This record gives sequence, C-alpha cells and structure tokens, in this order.
Amino acid sequence: MRRTKLLELKAVHKAYAGVEVLHGVDLTGDRGEVIGVVGANGAGKSTLIKILAGAETMTAGELLIDGTQTRPGSPHDAHQHGIRTVYQELTLAPELTVTENLLLGRFPRKRGLIDWRAAHEQTKTLLDDIGFTSINPRQKAGRLSVAKQQMVEIAKALVAKPRVLVLDEPSAVLAGSDLDALFALIRRLQQQDTLVIYISHRLVEVLELATQIVVMKDGAVIATTIPAQTDEDELIRLMAGRRLEQIYPDRRAATDQPALVTKNLARDNEFRDVDLTIHKGEILGLFGLVGSGRTELAHCLFGATRPDHGWIELGGTPHTFKTPQDAIAAGLALVTEDRKGSGIVPDLTVRENVALTTLYATTRGGLVDQKAQRTAVQAMVDRLDIRPAHCATMPVVRLSGGNQQKAVLAKWLLKKPRVLILDEPTRGVDMATRVAIYRMVDELARSGVAVLLISSDLTEVLGATDRVLVMREGRIAGELRSEGATEDQVLAYSIGRAA
Amino acid sequence: MTLTKVDNPTTEARSATTFSLGHAAIGLVVLVLAIAAVTTDAFLTQTNLTNLLKQMVTTGLLAYGMLVVILTGGIDLSVGSVVAFAGILTAGLSSGLPLPVAMLVGIASGVLFGLVNGTLVARFELAPFVVTLAALTTIRGLAFVYSDVPIAPEDESFFWLGSAMLGPIPLTTVIMLAVFLVGGVFLHRTPAGRSIVAIGGNAETVRLAGISVRKHVLLAYTISGFCAGLAGVILASRVGIAQPSVGVAFELDAIAACVIGGASLAGGKGSAAATLGGVLVLALINNLLNLYNVQSFWQQVLKGLIIIAVILVHRASRRRT
Ligand SMILES: Nc1ncnc2c1ncn2[C@@H]1O[C@H](COP(=O)(O)OP(=O)(O)OP(=O)(O)O)[C@@H](O)[C@H]1O
Ligand SMILES: [Mg+2]
Repeated sequence: MRRTKLLELKAVHKAYAGVEVLHGVDLTGDRGEVIGVVGANGAGKSTLIKILAGAETMTAGELLIDGTQTRPGSPHDAHQHGIRTVYQELTLAPELTVTENLLLGRFPRKRGLIDWRAAHEQTKTLLDDIGFTSINPRQKAGRLSVAKQQMVEIAKALVAKPRVLVLDEPSAVLAGSDLDALFALIRRLQQQDTLVIYISHRLVEVLELATQIVVMKDGAVIATTIPAQTDEDELIRLMAGRRLEQIYPDRRAATDQPALVTKNLARDNEFRDVDLTIHKGEILGLFGLVGSGRTELAHCLFGATRPDHGWIELGGTPHTFKTPQDAIAAGLALVTEDRKGSGIVPDLTVRENVALTTLYATTRGGLVDQKAQRTAVQAMVDRLDIRPAHCATMPVVRLSGGNQQKAVLAKWLLKKPRVLILDEPTRGVDMATRVAIYRMVDELARSGVAVLLISSDLTEVLGATDRVLVMREGRIAGELRSEGATEDQVLAYSIGRAA
Repeated sequence: MTLTKVDNPTTEARSATTFSLGHAAIGLVVLVLAIAAVTTDAFLTQTNLTNLLKQMVTTGLLAYGMLVVILTGGIDLSVGSVVAFAGILTAGLSSGLPLPVAMLVGIASGVLFGLVNGTLVARFELAPFVVTLAALTTIRGLAFVYSDVPIAPEDESFFWLGSAMLGPIPLTTVIMLAVFLVGGVFLHRTPAGRSIVAIGGNAETVRLAGISVRKHVLLAYTISGFCAGLAGVILASRVGIAQPSVGVAFELDAIAACVIGGASLAGGKGSAAATLGGVLVLALINNLLNLYNVQSFWQQVLKGLIIIAVILVHRASRRRT
C-alpha cells in the first residue's frame, strides 16, 4: 500500500462569482519537502494557498491531510491541521507591538494577568532562534520597515510549530543576511520534517531551496519538476510561454547633466551626509540592507518627510519640498515599496487608482474627463500588460499582487516625471513583466528622465542600472559603475567589508 | 492539462452586479414600505405626503453632508447642534436685518463651524469623533447663550421658505433634491469628490499621489457645516419658531441614512443616490409608524431593528459576489 502523503490537493477549482481562476490544480507534498511554486502574475499561486490556508473555499476539489479528506472552512481550521501561512500582503496589527502580534492568544500569564516581561523575553528568544535578531519585541509593528514586518510575519507563523508552512513571496522584500537567515530557517524546518511551500518570483532561490518545483500558468499546473532537471531559462520559458531573449536592456550613455543633486542631506536617526547626483538619462541604482536608510532617503527626496540638514537641487537651483505636491510639481515621482500601505486605494477601480496622479489635470468643465481618463489608463494597462486586460473597472484589490504592483507603476508613468524614484518596483513581479518594466525604464532614461532605482535584488541593481550607490547605516558607503561590478563588491560595501 | 484562459470578460459584468445589488437592497425596502403604506388610508393623502416630503428635508440635508465626511473616514456629530444654532441665529437676526441676509448669516454660521471642525481634524490631526463631539456640546451651548428661550419671528415672510410649494412639491424638498443632485455630481464626477472618496480608502496613497489630504478633509467638514446650517434655517422657517433645544440626536438619523445607503463608516465607500435612498427609507419608517399610531418608544425600537435588518440585507448581497 502507498504510504499516505502529508498533504494532497486534488483537482482544485476556484471561481470568484462565476469566473474560474483555478482549473483543477493538483499538488502533493510530504514531510521534509520544500515545494517551490512558480508562475506568472495572476497564475493563481496565491489563490491556491489561500484555499490551503482556509482563507478562501474551493469551488470543487479535494484536500487530504495524512490521507484524510478535510476542507478547512476558516484559517482557524487550517491552524488546527497544523497549516500556517505567511501571505503575500502584510497582515500585522500596526498598533500592536511585535510581542503582541506574535503571542496574541497565547500570552504567558502570572496570577491571571499577562506577564509582559516573560512575553517580551519569549519573543526575543523566538526571533533569535530563527535568526531574526535585529527586531525589538517592544516596537509597534507598524513602525517597522516592510522587511522587518515580513520577518515578524514569518516568526508569527512559526510560534505554533506548524507541520505545513506556506510562504507567499517571503523573499520579495528581504536581502543579504536576512535572506540568508530565511534560507537557513527553511533548511532547518525541512530537517524537522516540516513541509514548506515556497512561492517566489526569484527563480534562483527556488532552484536552490526546493525539492520539487511546480510551475503554474493561467490557473493550472503546467509542469512539475526537480531542480536537478531544470534551470532558470526553462522555468521562465514555461511560465511566460515563450523565451525571454534578453533580461536587461543594453546600456545607454547617460549624460553628465545633473538632474537631481543632494547636498549633505540628513534626517535624524535615518540617514546623514548624503551627497548624490542623478544625471539626466541615467539609471542610478541604490542598494542597501534593511535599515540602511534607502526608503527613508527616497521619502525625503520626494517631500514626504522634511530633511533636518542639507538640501536638494534640481537643475542647479535649491528646492525645499514641503509636501509631495511640491516634489511632483517639480517633476518628481515616487513608487513606494509598501504597496498596500501607500501604493493603492484598495476599493477604487484600477482606472481610478492609475488616474490618481493626473486626477486634477484630466478635467473638462470642472468634471473629470472620463473618456480621456479611460483612454489613458487603458493604454497603460496594455503597455504594462496588467491582467486581466479588462481590469480597468475592477477594484484594484482583486488583482493579483504583481498586477497591483504594475498598476502602481502605471500611475506614475502616466504623470510623465523628469525624476523617477522607484523603491522596489519589481517586488512580486514576474520575470516577463520585469523585462517589460526594465525596458520601459530604459526608454524613459533614453528620453532624458533621471531614474533612481532602489532594490534589494543584487542582480537587478547591477543589471538594470548605470551606476550603483550602496547605503550602509544611513550613509552612502560606496559607489560602483554597474558595468563590470560584481554582486560581491556591492554586498561588501553594504556590510562594511569593502577592501 | 488544458490551458484555459483565466482572463474572462465577465469580471466587468460582475463588478456592475455588485453595485446594483447594493442598490437593490434599498429598492426592496422602499418597495415593502410603499406597499405597507398603501394598506393604510391615511398614507396617500395630500397632507400626509406633503408632510412626508417636508420632514425628510432636514435628515436629507444632514445626511448628504454626513456622507461626504464619512467618505473621508471621519464623522460629524455636531450637525444637530448646528441646526439649532443656525435656526435661532436666523430667527434672532430677522427682526433687525432683511430676512435673506439673516438666512445667509445662519447658513454661514454652519459653514464657519464646519471650517473649525475641519481645521481641527485636518490640520491638527485630532480624531473626528472627539472634535465633533466637543463641537456638539459647544455649539449647543452657544445656541442657548444666544437665546435660552425660543424665538418666534412675527413677520409672515419668515415662514415662506418652509411652506412654499412648487406645484405639488414643497420648495424645501426641491432644495434638498438639488443638493443631492449637485452633491452627487460633485462626489462622483469632480476631482475633489473623487479625492475625498480615495482619502477614505487610503489617505497615504492619496497624499503621495500629490493630492492635499488636508484641503479635502477641510472641504468635507465645511460641506457638512453648510448642509447643517441650511437645514437649520429651513427647519426654523418650517416650524415657524426657532428653539435652542432643537436637533438633539439629528446626527444619528443622518448617520443611519448613510449606513442604510451602504456607506462604510471606515470611509471610502458610499454614494449620494444610495444615501438619498436611506433618507427615504427612514422617512417612510417614521411616517408609517406614526400613521399606525405606534407608541413613540416602540418607534425607536422598531427603527433600530429595521436599520439592522437593512444592513444585513446589504451584507448578504455583498457576500454573494
Ligand atoms: N477576490 C477576487 N475576486 C476576483 N478575482 C480575483 C480575486 N482574487 C484574485 N482574483 C483573480 O485570480 C487570479 C489569480 O490571482 P492570484 O492572486 O492567485 O495570482 P498569483 O499567481 O498569486 O499572482 P502574483 O504573482 O501576481 O501574486 C487573478 O486573475 C486575479 O485577478
Ligand atoms: Mg500572489
């Protein structure tokens, strides 16, 4: 007789109000396995794991755990079966501390009351154990960077010692030592016989970690393979349905005309002594580990926060941006890293989200010019291949994560900025679309736009840029020409070990 | 394995369905109430219908202003007090000033209160609930300070606004409908209106898109103040006497109308047309319970239950999508 597997999904179908998005998906996993799930944006990966997590119910199909048929009707049910999920979007309660988020419902008690000291200690031990040492248990979750929040999410899933751990794009916001910690953690869980389901658009990671790779496309599993028998190119080809000839565009010659210059820019406790120059037509990369101050710098450049020292110059004249409005008026644009927190208005349609930056500019007789808006947005939807193609009238939350990201990008492209700041623009975006985004950014640069590309993806930060700045602990720690530089060089600067 | 396409043109149709289902819920209630109405002889009389139309004006005006504030994710508890203040100020001034001027000053007082509320919420980032709760008691106090006894203007023209008819329809009802019409276009078609809706959905996204959150929040409270001022002037004129104690708990009916119309108190969701539906539902409930001679305490109980029922219907219709 066949030994029962830990987890079996059979012919899972899922429809949202009559529209089927999963068409009979099979997935089998056993103790100690790491299943890598890959697929283009909107392929149905998140939907599949939401079903597993009890957050959505399947329209048809079977779920077997240890060979017994079950159907988790709620996340609570799934927890009972030992299934824990870290979702693609952050779900921490921002006003609660890290400890409260982690131990909610299982606080240590002393004489009936919560023993806070023990609770914080317990949290600290837990975080240390899994290698996330840089997080303060007493901090409010909402104050943490996206990367740290992601780590807390993972820790939260592990508190209950799950048998199945599902991670939906956990690495999208992590880099460097944090990423190493995550990988080490997954390997340890694997040894402890946990089944890990790992969704990622970073194929190299999947090839490194997975014992089994499942490729999804358009709501179905189109291939199942193992790392030894495949490679990145093949996976990309399977996912996209075609070969991608070239990932990064050929380099252009940047001008030497400065578009944006900062002088001694500083904000207390965030970054200091930042002197940088972005030239017209240049794509400047900015790499740094979590907490290095990259995002804070971007927000300050954009007028979302005010500098404590120093100033910004555009075309040679000093500017002070009191608000993002001032920065936008001066030709700046910022695609933020926190899509849910500051990128989208969830319940508004894709059209209204994309049109937000041009809302006041697209009017006729005082009213929003709906026709012009429709045309402009649809052109963006087509150009960025935001799916489904008729998504303009859908609330943006109903799009898959990667497609939401494209909508955020579209919003700023529509504004036609002169200086474009991109903070993790390809977070959660599939390979084919990344290529499209790189090409578009390249086109913008060719037309004279200055681009600041902030990224935790080493390959991207070198491949898509002309020059790279590395930030460490709030300062610019190094500068490299992208051409010929190695990932190790960039990393070395970021951890302060440069020769 | 087949490669069926995920993208499917019916998604568009689906979002349209969600929309109409929400409205269908209201339509249904209105229908049921209308049927109930036909079963009593007293309902379809000229006097009763005129009364019904006049009575919904105050709640209607307040509800529109409330909707705009609720859309930003806020709340305006002060509107009942503003009704009292604007009314008594207008009545008091009408003995010395020309009536239209007195009325404009009354409305302007509402605008001013709205500006103050808005400034405290938008500029000083205080919680809307707290700010407008404080305003509720302050403005009520001011109404009593202005006159602690009711003021009944002698001049016949004072009653004109509240009693004039345009054919079979009271003038004030037409004014209210005009507010909803213009207000609906404002909310759904102008950049400022869309910004207000977006702010309720995610203020930080809007701020970073280069739209001033402060200005729009300020605008929302000012609109609510304007509506409350206008409602106060109209009410005083209809009743013929301005009382400093009028309008207690009016804010609750206004909020109820928005909620029945499907607005979310978290902000970002709601429409002018559906809110008008909510106003109609409330007015019909009140009117019917009166006609059936239901005791007023029971009226309150029933009203509460009906509101819950309507919201449950809403919820169910949303779930289905
Ligand atoms: N609540 C919903 N209502 C309607 N359609 C939805 C809803 N949630 C997801 N979808 C649709 O289901 C499809 C699959 O989405 P899903 O989020 O599973 O994709 P994904 O593979 O996780 O993509 P990504 O890599 O971008 O995260 C998409 O076409 C999406 O628009
Ligand atoms: Mg996803």
